[in-house]
Amino acid sequence: MKLKKSTVNNIIAYGLVIVAFIVCQLSLNAGTMSRSLKGQMIPICVYIVMAVSLNLVVGISGELSLGHAGFMSVGAYSGAIISAWLLEGLHIESAIVRLILSMLSGGVFAGLAGVLIGVPVLRLRGDYLAIVTLAFGEIIRSVMNCLYFSIDSGRLHVSFNNPSLPGKLLVNGPAGAKVVEKLATFPMGFALILFTLFVVLNMINSRSGRAIMATRDNRIAAEAMGINVTKYKMMAFVTAAVLAGMAGALYGLSFSTVDPAKFKFDTSILVLVFVVLGGIGNIWGSIIAATLLTVLPELLRAFSDYRMLVYAIVLILVMLATNNPIIRSLFDRLVRPRRTASNTQRGGASE
Amino acid sequence: MKFNKAIVAMILALVMVVGLCAAAMAEDEPLKIGVIGPFTGGAAIYGNACKYGAEVAAAEINALGGMQIKLLEEDDEHDAEKSKNAYNKVMEDGAQMIAGTTTTKPCIEVGAVANEERVFMLTPSASSVDVIDGKDNVFQVCFTDPNQGTASAQFIAEHKLATKIAIIYNNSDPYSMGIYETFKAEAANLNLEIVSEQAFKDGEVDFSVQVNDAKANGAELVFLPIYYEPASLILATAKSIDYAPVFFGVDGMDGILTLEGFDTSLAEGVFMLTPFSADAEDERTQTFVASYKELTGEIPNQFAADCYDAVYALYNASVNAGIDGTTAYDEACEKLIEQFTGDFQIEGLTGSMSWDESGAVTKTPRAVVIENGAYVGFND
Amino acid sequence: MVSFLRFLINGISLGSVYAIIALGYTMVYGIAKMLNFAHGDVIMVGAYIAFCAISYLALPPLVAILCAMAVCTVLGIIIEGLAYRPLRQASKLAVLITAIGVSYLLQNSALLIWSPNPKVFPTVLDFGSIRLFGGDLVITSQAIITIVANIIIMLGLTAFTGKTKMGKAMRAVSEDKGAAELMGINVNRTISVTFAIGSALAAIAGVLLCSAYPTLQPTTGSMPGIKAFTAAVFGGIGSIPGAMIGGLLLGIIEILGKAYISTELGDAIVFAVLIVVLLFKPAGLLGKPMREKV
Repeated sequence: MKLKKSTVNNIIAYGLVIVAFIVCQLSLNAGTMSRSLKGQMIPICVYIVMAVSLNLVVGISGELSLGHAGFMSVGAYSGAIISAWLLEGLHIESAIVRLILSMLSGGVFAGLAGVLIGVPVLRLRGDYLAIVTLAFGEIIRSVMNCLYFSIDSGRLHVSFNNPSLPGKLLVNGPAGAKVVEKLATFPMGFALILFTLFVVLNMINSRSGRAIMATRDNRIAAEAMGINVTKYKMMAFVTAAVLAGMAGALYGLSFSTVDPAKFKFDTSILVLVFVVLGGIGNIWGSIIAATLLTVLPELLRAFSDYRMLVYAIVLILVMLATNNPIIRSLFDRLVRPRRTASNTQRGGASE
Repeated sequence: MKFNKAIVAMILALVMVVGLCAAAMAEDEPLKIGVIGPFTGGAAIYGNACKYGAEVAAAEINALGGMQIKLLEEDDEHDAEKSKNAYNKVMEDGAQMIAGTTTTKPCIEVGAVANEERVFMLTPSASSVDVIDGKDNVFQVCFTDPNQGTASAQFIAEHKLATKIAIIYNNSDPYSMGIYETFKAEAANLNLEIVSEQAFKDGEVDFSVQVNDAKANGAELVFLPIYYEPASLILATAKSIDYAPVFFGVDGMDGILTLEGFDTSLAEGVFMLTPFSADAEDERTQTFVASYKELTGEIPNQFAADCYDAVYALYNASVNAGIDGTTAYDEACEKLIEQFTGDFQIEGLTGSMSWDESGAVTKTPRAVVIENGAYVGFND
Repeated sequence: MVSFLRFLINGISLGSVYAIIALGYTMVYGIAKMLNFAHGDVIMVGAYIAFCAISYLALPPLVAILCAMAVCTVLGIIIEGLAYRPLRQASKLAVLITAIGVSYLLQNSALLIWSPNPKVFPTVLDFGSIRLFGGDLVITSQAIITIVANIIIMLGLTAFTGKTKMGKAMRAVSEDKGAAELMGINVNRTISVTFAIGSALAAIAGVLLCSAYPTLQPTTGSMPGIKAFTAAVFGGIGSIPGAMIGGLLLGIIEILGKAYISTELGDAIVFAVLIVVLLFKPAGLLGKPMREKV
C-alpha cells in the first residue's frame, strides 16, 4: 500500500511536533530548562497557533488580515469570564475540564466574531480587506476599554461604561479581565497545537481546501468552475478566528489579568511577521518562525538598551536574506536536492 | 618530619587564605536588586526615569562603602508577558528582591508570580490597588490611586477651589480610571458638582472636544488625573480658546515644568498633589537632581524619585534585617516583610514613609501650586 | 450652532494634518504598490530634526523645515535603497514586514538618540488667531497654515504627476511596471524619487502635526500614521485628491463623533464609519474601481 505524499508529510510533521514536545517536557521535568525559557513555553504555543491560523487566512485563502489579535482578545476575555463562571456558577472543580470548556467557549465566541466581521468584510479585496480587519481590531479594543463584567453568586452581570456592578468585578474596563485561577498548562498548549495542525492540515488537503486555494489562485476561474467563493473564504476566515480564540483563551488563562492593550495592532502585526517570515502558506515555517521570534527578544537581552534596535535590524536582514534570489537558490539546493513541484503550498496574499 | 610540618603549615595557610577569601567574598557579594520597567516602547519615559533613579541611589550607596548593591535591570516593554520574562531573567541572574515593576499591569502579573515564589517586591510607581491586593510580599512607594482621588476631592472641597468641576481622564489607562472613579465618588459625598466628564485614549492628540465641553458647561476647575504629556496638550488647547479655569493634577502631573521646550506660563496656577518636586530646596533633593542630571542630562521626575526611594528602602531594610549578598531570596522575602510591616521607616525624597500589612505606603501628599514656573507649597 | 461650527473647524484642522500624512502614504502606494508602515516614523524623525534645528541651533523656522525635509528625503532614499529595493521582486507582504522592521528601527533609534522623554515643539506657526462670535469661535493660525499648506501641496502634486516628465513616468510605473520599463523609463529611479517626495512630505507633515499638537516622542508618528493610512484608504488609496478628502473627512468624523456621540469610543466611531464606507464603495471614495481581466 502506498500512502499519499501529503499523508506521509503530515505524519512526519506530527512526529516532529510530538518529539519537540517530549524533549521540552523531559527537560522541564529534569529541571535543565532555563527559567526564562520555561516561562515562555505557553506563549510560544499560543503564538504558534496564532501564526498557523493566520496562515490559513493569509497563505491558504490569500487574504491579508491585520486584525488577528482582535479574535485572540475575544477568546482571552471569554476564556477569563467563562472560567470564573464555571467555577462559581456551575461549581466545576476539575481544573482541566474548566480549561477545556473555557478554551472551547473562547473559540466559539471568537468564531461568532469572525462570522460577524467576515460577512461584510470578505466582499472586499486586497489591501482594503487588510485595512478593514485592522479597523475591526481597533474597534474591539476600544469597546473592551469600556466593558465591565462582574459575577455575583454565580450570575454574570455586564455593563458598558459603568463599573458599579454587583458582586466581584471580572472585567474592569481598561484594567482588563481578572483571571480567577491561572489554568493554562504547557501540555494543553501542546494539545492545542496538535489540534490546530489537525484542523488546518486536514482542511488544506480536503476538497474544501482545494477550493479555497483555487479561489486564491484565480478567483474568476474558480467562480467559473462553480465554486462558491464567499463560502470558502468564510470557511477559512472563521476557522482561523476559532483557533485564534482558543489560543487567546489559553493565553489569557496563563496570566493573572488580561490586558486589552495587549491586543492592539502591534500584536496582529507580530503574528503576521511570523507568517511571512516562515513563508506564506508554509505551515511548518510558521511554527518555526513563531518559536524563534518569540525567543529572540529574550536572547537579545544581553544588548540591554540596544535590544529592540538589534531586533529590528535582525528582522530586516532576515527578510532581505530570505528574499534574496541568490541565497534562496542556495538554500533550495541545500535543503531540497531534488526540487519537486511542491508549489501547492506557495503563493498566498502576495498575488 | 620537617617536611610534614611544612605541609601542615602550607595546608593551614591555604585553609586560612581560602577562608579569608570566602569571608571576603561573602562581604563583597553585593546585594542584588532586580529593576524591571519599560525601557523601550510607548511607556519608556517612566521605565527609564525609574532605571536612572535607581542607578543614582545605587551609586550613592556603593560610594559609602559597606554592603554594595548590584542592580539587575531588565526591560518589560510595558507588557505583562514580557515582564514575566524580565522577572525570570533577573531571578536567573540571582536577584534577591525586586524594585519594580514600574507600571501597573506588568506589576500585577509579576506580583502574582513573586507572591507564589516568595520574592519581595517594592514597586516604586505601580499605583493600582490590584498591585498589592492579596499579596503580602508586594509593597508600594507611591500612593494608591483611590487614595489620590479621595485626597484630591477633599482638598478641593476643603479649600473651596471650585464647585463646578470637569474631569478629563484617560479611559485606556487604569491609573487614570482608578483616580477618576474614586474622585467622582468622593466629590458626590462632598457636594462638588461634576459638570463634565470626558475621556481620551493613549496616543490621542486632539483635546478640543474635551476642553470645549468643560468650558461650555462652565467648569471652574478641571481635574486632570493623567500624566503630564497629555496634560501639556490640554493646557495649550485651553489657552487657545481663552479658557482659564483652575487646573488640578495628581502625581502624574509632576514633570510638566521640566518638559523640554514647555512654555511654563501655560501651567501657571496649576494645583497638584505630588510627593516630589525637583525644585525642592532641601539638600538631598538637590544632590539627587544634580547626580541625575549628570547621568542623563535631564531633570528627574516623580518616577525617578520613587525608584530612588525604593532602592534606599530595600537597602536600609536589608541592613536592618541582616540580609547580605548571600541570603536566599525567599529568606530575604520573609525578613523584609517583617521589616516593612514592623516599625521600619524611611525618610525619602518623596517624604517620610512607613508601611502597613496591606502593602500601601503612608506618607503625606504635598499640595503644590505652580507660580512663576516653579512649585510653591500651598498654604491656605 | 456655534459649537457645531467650532467642532467642524477643529475637525478640519485635525483632518488637514491627517490629509498631509495621507498624501505621503498615497504617493508611495500609488507608485510602489506597498504599504509603507514606516511613514509615520519618518514623520517623527522630521519633527525631531525640525525641533533640534529650532531649539538647539536656533535656526529660523523656515530653514528648520527645509533641514527636516532634506534629512527626511535622504532618509527616504536610503530606506528605499537598502530595505525596499532588494525586495522589488519579492511578495508584497515581504515588503510590508520589512517596512515594519524599518518602523521599529526608526522608533528605537529615536529612543536612543533623543531619549523617551517628551519634548514640546516650539510654536513656530503662531501668528495669533481669528476670534468670531465674541471669542466663542477661535480659528488658530496653525489650522489655517495647515489647510493652506495642504491645498498647495495637493495642487503641486497633481500638477507634478500630470505635467512633468518625471510625474508622467510615475504614472506609467504605477499603471504597469513592466511596460514602463520597456518604454525606457528607469523604474528604480522613479520609485526612488517617489520615496524622496513622500519623505519630504513626511517632514512637512511632522512639523505641522507637532505645531498643532506640540508634544514630540519617539512614538509620536504611530497613531497619526495609522489614522492617516486609514484616511488614505478611505479616500481611495493611490488617489491624490482622495487622500486629501479622506484626511479631512476622517478628522471631521473623529471630532464630531467625540463631540456628539462619546469620547470613550472616539476611535471606534472613526473605524466604524470607514468600514461602512468601504462596504458601499469598496475602493474608497475616489479610488479607481478594480477591473479584473480573465
